[in-house]
Amino acid sequence: MSHVRSPIRQEWVTNTDTYGKITEDVVRPIESKPNAMWLLFTAISGLVMIMCFTLIGWTIYKGIGTWGLNKTVGWGFDITNFVFWVGIGHAGTLISAVLMLFRQEWRNSINRASEAMTIFAVFCAALFPLIHMGRIWLAYFTLPLPNTRGSLWVNFNSPLLWDVFAISTYLTVSLVFWYLGMIPDLATIRDRMARGGRKIAAYIYGALAFGWEGSSRNWSRYEVISLILAGLATPLVLSVHSIVSMDFATAVIPGWHTTIFPPYFVAGAIFSGFGMVQTLMIVTRKVYKLENYITMDHMESIAKIVIATGSLVGLAYTTEFFTAYYSGAFFERYIFINRMFGPYSWAYWIMFTCNVITPQLFWFRSIRRNMVLTFIISIFVNVGMWFERYVIIVTSLHRDYITSSWADYYPTWVEAGIFIGTFGFFMFLFFLFSKYLPVINMFEVKTLMHHIKKPQHVIETEAALAADAARQDS
Amino acid sequence: MEKNFLVGKFWNTEHVLDAVKKFQEKDILVYDVYSPFPIHGIEPYLNIRRSRLAIAAFLLGLTGATLAVTCMSLIYGVIWPMNIGGKPALAFPDFVPITFEATVFFACHGMVLTFFIVGQYWPGKKAKLFDDRQTDDVFVVAIDQAKLENEEEAKEVFAQTGAYEITKKTL
Repeated sequence: MSHVRSPIRQEWVTNTDTYGKITEDVVRPIESKPNAMWLLFTAISGLVMIMCFTLIGWTIYKGIGTWGLNKTVGWGFDITNFVFWVGIGHAGTLISAVLMLFRQEWRNSINRASEAMTIFAVFCAALFPLIHMGRIWLAYFTLPLPNTRGSLWVNFNSPLLWDVFAISTYLTVSLVFWYLGMIPDLATIRDRMARGGRKIAAYIYGALAFGWEGSSRNWSRYEVISLILAGLATPLVLSVHSIVSMDFATAVIPGWHTTIFPPYFVAGAIFSGFGMVQTLMIVTRKVYKLENYITMDHMESIAKIVIATGSLVGLAYTTEFFTAYYSGAFFERYIFINRMFGPYSWAYWIMFTCNVITPQLFWFRSIRRNMVLTFIISIFVNVGMWFERYVIIVTSLHRDYITSSWADYYPTWVEAGIFIGTFGFFMFLFFLFSKYLPVINMFEVKTLMHHIKKPQHVIETEAALAADAARQDS
Repeated sequence: MEKNFLVGKFWNTEHVLDAVKKFQEKDILVYDVYSPFPIHGIEPYLNIRRSRLAIAAFLLGLTGATLAVTCMSLIYGVIWPMNIGGKPALAFPDFVPITFEATVFFACHGMVLTFFIVGQYWPGKKAKLFDDRQTDDVFVVAIDQAKLENEEEAKEVFAQTGAYEITKKTL
């Protein structure tokens, strides 16, 4: 690129000296036949996904009674999973929108896959409030539609309704942002397929590429729209998890009724999302041999965000606990002591260890650059963040103001199956994505290259032209 | 309608920038530059104005916000006031989240639609390509021959600035 660049800055693209190599490396999995490993893992995740939808079908057929919920604990695995999956989604938008506004160059190679992760995670998340309704066919009751049900309108004062708007906006905006970002790359694949004589593939990718030609006029407009979309998606991502947190914070349940929830949830969401980004990227870069684009420095940057947000989450846990103690509110105090030492203390301590203690290992450079350890820690983060939601929801509900209504909650196999099943659903979609769409944003990575060599096809064309000219002269 | 173009192909963005600068100096009108990724700083040489999509986004966002506030106020204030826990039905602070979401929803989707309409993109549209590598690693500078007075001069600029191939193409 033409701007001045400090030589001490690290290179985000390594061992690559032509633009064509990026295209080749990213398109390789799309061009080649699916290998046995991919088929195996896609089949396994597909089966798990089928289990998920079968159990959802069973829940709808039999009713919510198939779950372990009771009158006291009315939210259990369902809302835990909902918040967990929505949280995962936040990293993708953070990478694609917030880091774009901050002009973080390292986002360029991981944004595509993270955005895909966001969308698939929000798909999983959206399932849970829907099936929790029990009568899923009445889901449209949540929309403010003119109706003949005694003119029954939705409650605009309820955060649950805000959530309907937040999640649907978030999902559709993320989808559009993701797709728009992919159009130039789809055009690249279209032309590459056409060059390789693969007509059907060229036709399909061509249809998806919307006739993209890459003219400067297009690019100029494209950059403006990307920037505005990023500007709009940035407050959106903060608003979504703030609203999710208000589902809890506006209730008068001890342990929920606290003003720290919105920032605490947003930090937690980004933390859990980056945990998932780590998990997926470590595997993706290895399997698809993309280490030149998702370098160690990228993985280090992600680890640094994990440590920052993990510490924020730790701070929130401590603040929450201190506030409960210092407020002198009886029920509030009890709930927190009960969280730490009550029947669900095991969940609390799993949460605390996985979210606050293990990510601190990322202070060591050697650990940040060790992919095996990073992978293990990222799994811990995922587990810990799931337990965070479980702890918040179940421990606050199971012992409320009236001792006579205290009850315990444990999930049934149906709930557990649906939860595990959503991982199948998520991974199935991710495997399909990684096989048929470019996992790396090729055009944005190309803008990061600083030392370009003349490509082979140019050398050949020049030689041919020179030979032609020589022939004509003689 | 088909046009005849004089086409210079490059493999490096710096050469492209050199070329468009030279063309501007010599008053030769460049039809457009095609590149696999955005070339920053090329706009002034091609007389590209900054897109006004931001204005569209603002107006669309305003539409969303107005629509949300109007709907909620009408439904809650006029059509069907609801008493939930004795709280006021027409509570504007409670309308903020939905108003915000509606603003973003309208601005984003409306702007993307505007982008597709203005740029004339649609699913299945056939791309007109000067080179089948222009979305991969080749940069194309195209000059409309109908508006080109001195072809030799343009070819000279291409050769000087490092075009590896100079051809003609009808699109």
